[in-house]
Formats: sequence, C-alpha cells, structure tokens
Amino acid sequence: MDKKQIAEQFISAIPHSNALGMRLTDVGEGTAEIEMPYDARFVGDPETGVIHGGAVSALMDTCCGAAAMSHPASPGGTATIDLRIDYMRPATPGQKIRARAECYHITRSVAFLRATAMDDDADRPVAQATGTFTVEAKP
Amino acid sequence: MSARRPPDPVQVVKQRRDAALRALVQGVPYIQFMGIEFDRRGDELTAVMPFDEKLIGNPLLPALHGGATAAFLEVTSIIGLSWAMLWDDIESGTLDPEALVAGNLPRLPKTIDFTVDYLRSGLPRDAYARAQVTRSGRRYASVRAEAWQDNRARPIAQATAHFVMPRGDG
Repeated sequence: MDKKQIAEQFISAIPHSNALGMRLTDVGEGTAEIEMPYDARFVGDPETGVIHGGAVSALMDTCCGAAAMSHPASPGGTATIDLRIDYMRPATPGQKIRARAECYHITRSVAFLRATAMDDDADRPVAQATGTFTVEAKP
Repeated sequence: MSARRPPDPVQVVKQRRDAALRALVQGVPYIQFMGIEFDRRGDELTAVMPFDEKLIGNPLLPALHGGATAAFLEVTSIIGLSWAMLWDDIESGTLDPEALVAGNLPRLPKTIDFTVDYLRSGLPRDAYARAQVTRSGRRYASVRAEAWQDNRARPIAQATAHFVMPRGDG
C-alpha cells in the first residue's frame, strides 16, 4: 500500500474529520492538502456567517498530522504535541477552506510542521499554523 | 444620595443570567454542532463536551481528535471572555436577555491566535473545560483555558489565546 492510499485511509478512518466533511486532495513526502467545505453548521459568528476558528483548528491539526505521517522518515503514526494558529482574516462565507501543511523537519521523536489555510483568494491566507507532532509507530 | 436599590429576587437574577448564557451559546451553530454545553455557578462557567462518536480522531486507541479538543478550548475561551465582558450589563439589567434570545447577540471577540498544548490523550468520554480571562483591555484580551476529563488534576490539554475585543457602540 503506498503513502497516498495510507493517507486516504487515514482521513476516512477519522470520524471527526469526516464529520467536518474533510477531503484529502494531495499528499507528498511530508506534505498534505486537505479541503473542508463551507457548512452552515460550522458557523462561529451568526451575524457574519464566518466559520468558527475551532473548525479551522481541526482542519489544520488533521492536515499537519497527515503531512507528518507522510514524511519518508515517519513510521506512520503521530499525535499532536502542540499547535499554534494565527487567524489573519475571517474566511469568506460560502467558500471552502483549503489547508496545506509541510513537515519541514523531523527527528526520531518529533516532527515540525507548518500549515497555511486559504479560501478562494489563495494570495491572502486565512490562517497559519505551526506545530510539533510525535513520531511513532502506526497505531 | 438615593437609597440603595433592594436586591432582585433570586429567581429573577438566575433567570436573567441563564437566559443571557443560553442566548450566547445557542446562537452559535458550531457550538451546537459540537454538542458543547455550559454549566453555570454564579459567574463561573464550566464547559461540557459530552462524548460523541464524531469527536473521535483515532478509532483504534480510541482517542478524541486533537482538533475537537482544540475547538472545545476555543469555544470555552470565547464564551468565557464574552461572558466576562457582558456580566456587568447582565447584572445591572442593561442587557435585555429577551433581546438576546430574539437574536440580537452582542458582537463576539475575534481570535487573533490560539495555542494548544496536548498533555494527555483524550479518552472517549465527556470532557470539561474552564477559561480564565487573564487580561481584558479595551482592544485586546488574553485568555487561558484548561480541559480535563475524569480527574480535574489531570488536564488533557491547555490553551492560551489572544482576542480583539468587539468595538463598543461609541
């Protein structure tokens, strides 16, 4: 089974990511891209219709985890140690949010990740994240 | 000096506080989606996230999704901060709970950044969280939050967050 299949199974096997409608659109060697559709149930500010930061956090966490697992030096398992998210602007209501994560360094025990979230205007990111993840055997 | 106003009857006070809290929480679709509830004792809020299959991140362990835990802490922080911000107006009666229930929600604080530390694996059971507003100014606020499950002394995650406060009407 190749890494792409593993990553796809990883996504479909995660109930919370499925509940948020996430779809893995790309996976490389230490990179991943995941989309989350706009959904009225995920709204955090009823006045503006903007998606809740919590849903964006879940998207960033899933995307970073997928990127960490897809790194050639990873045995295939991971868990979040910490994650920081900067919210640069509200995502435009009605548009899907796409996250792209990159594992920029990995040791025997820790993977270092960064990720960007975008809506349709990819030149102006919605949020950025940095995090550290454990490196461990497949669950 | 005018005579001090007699205190409102306890049920009036409770009704006003609970109506304000309910309006704040039920007005946000994502809080409903996550199934998060708030327990109130005086001005102290405890967020409760009852276990649900859709919160699972690792079905083999099984464990809560880190994103669900992060979202839980973020919801707890925003509601905790909003609650602290509105408390005086709820107590004085300046804020009309009926208007809140009718959908006239106050503007909510906006998250600038959010950092979560995962301390233990989240088990497939109910989770609780409390937020503490460490600094609340006219423009910015800092909030700390902690989540736990069975044992209060064994937190599963902690978070720190910064917010931009909503602009006043002035």
